[in-house]
Amino acid sequence: MLNIKCPYCGDRSQKEFAYGGDGTITRPKLNQEISDEEWDNFVYLRKSPRGKHIELWHHIAGCRQWFKVERDTTTHEIFRTFKPEE
Amino acid sequence: MQKYSVFSLIKNAFSNHEKWDLAWKDPSPKKEYDVVIIGGGGHGLATAYYLAKEHQITNVAVIEKGWIGGGNIGRNTTIIRSNFMYDDNARFNEFGMNLWRNMSQELNFNVMFSPRGIINLAHSDAQMNAYARRGNSMRLNGIDAVLLNREEIKKIIPMADFSDDVRYPIFGGLAQPSAGTARHDAVAWGYARQADSMGVDIIQNCEVTGFDIEAGKITGLRTSRGDIKSKKIGLCVAGSTNVLAEKLNMTLPIETHLLQACVSEPVKPVLDGVVTFGAGHFYISQSDKGEMVMGGDLDGYNSYAQKGNLPTIQHVLTGGVALFPFLSRLKMLRTWGGIMDMSMDGSPIIDKTHIDGLYLNCGWCYGGFKSVPSSGWTFAHTIAQDRVHELNEGFSLNRFSKGYLLDEKGLGTKTWIS
Repeated sequence: MLNIKCPYCGDRSQKEFAYGGDGTITRPKLNQEISDEEWDNFVYLRKSPRGKHIELWHHIAGCRQWFKVERDTTTHEIFRTFKPEE
Repeated sequence: MQKYSVFSLIKNAFSNHEKWDLAWKDPSPKKEYDVVIIGGGGHGLATAYYLAKEHQITNVAVIEKGWIGGGNIGRNTTIIRSNFMYDDNARFNEFGMNLWRNMSQELNFNVMFSPRGIINLAHSDAQMNAYARRGNSMRLNGIDAVLLNREEIKKIIPMADFSDDVRYPIFGGLAQPSAGTARHDAVAWGYARQADSMGVDIIQNCEVTGFDIEAGKITGLRTSRGDIKSKKIGLCVAGSTNVLAEKLNMTLPIETHLLQACVSEPVKPVLDGVVTFGAGHFYISQSDKGEMVMGGDLDGYNSYAQKGNLPTIQHVLTGGVALFPFLSRLKMLRTWGGIMDMSMDGSPIIDKTHIDGLYLNCGWCYGGFKSVPSSGWTFAHTIAQDRVHELNEGFSLNRFSKGYLLDEKGLGTKTWIS
């Protein structure tokens, strides 16, 4: 089981969290012309690396805050957790 | 090649079964092939077999990083079905059902295909309506679908929880009587043995480290056992698709996730078909040895670990016990995991790519086993003819950017959530 350190609450069990996917994806800016390619990149295309992966997690059974985790997708080692704006 | 039969069995009994031919050779890679298939799993081996048999292309290598049968072909829960609503998925998998029915004879290898039927249970009126709709779609595509009510279900699986105070009472279900199971290892071995006998080189312990691309055309690949030239390369690497895509500077609509399965200790026959729980994600069948074979949700976060975490097993079996209370008294014998190529709409991709001579077969999510023959057959056609077959034209790579999704379950892009 993963132990995830919520940047707001501290170390908690994986059971309190929900996964939110790749944390490096940024939504195209609003009120601007968006090409099909940009939209495709945002909605569908994922690197899904083997190794270090920055991802979103949601402390859904805790403080309900979203935050980011840097984790190894092979060993599940968590290198750091940080607030989305960091 | 030595033919397997009762006579060869008797004959070899006299030599203590010590003189059987090897099922396939262990060659070193040659310098050049007409076609190289990366990935010696079910899909890769089936592709090589159909390239040789249907298209007479026998100068083929199958490159496998590990060993034959060590990946998802040996890690699945062996369910074979074609109970899909959308035409592209339904036709493709029903074509595969016909290949499954003759597979043991065709491969001269007993794959133990057992059409024992599948039932998807419904736990609300809305779910019954959805299954009626899916069943009608299936029947329009010539697939057997039977909508069963609660009493009919009770006759088939009396040991399920039919009491009045359950949280998710069984309203009925959708059955596909022609669905079933097969012995997954035998499928890999059968295809490997026949492909080998027609001249395909099956090269194990050979990791792909890079690709050679000149002017938009693939010219060869680099491996841990030397460079290999080939003008046509097919990728059948399931959960490792993104790793190879990175070497090709491609980004795909695929995420790699981990799926676990487990078996209980063997018990007397209790369940003759495959049953899926409709109020959670849980499916179960009983193997010929008596083990209850079970699976359910993905672990839920990107993973290449090939082994899972206990909370998911606990979650899956909670659903299992809700459906079949007797499971609570069984001991678990084994759990294991495999890495899944989760596509962004839950349907596969079998297509050409923007690189000339590079063909892609991926996105099987957690349903790749049933599609082994149909995937191999259509992928072989796509490679040999350099154009997609009508059976796999819906599984295009550009359907995401074009908006022609095959979102069978209506889950959107986060197919790993369910």
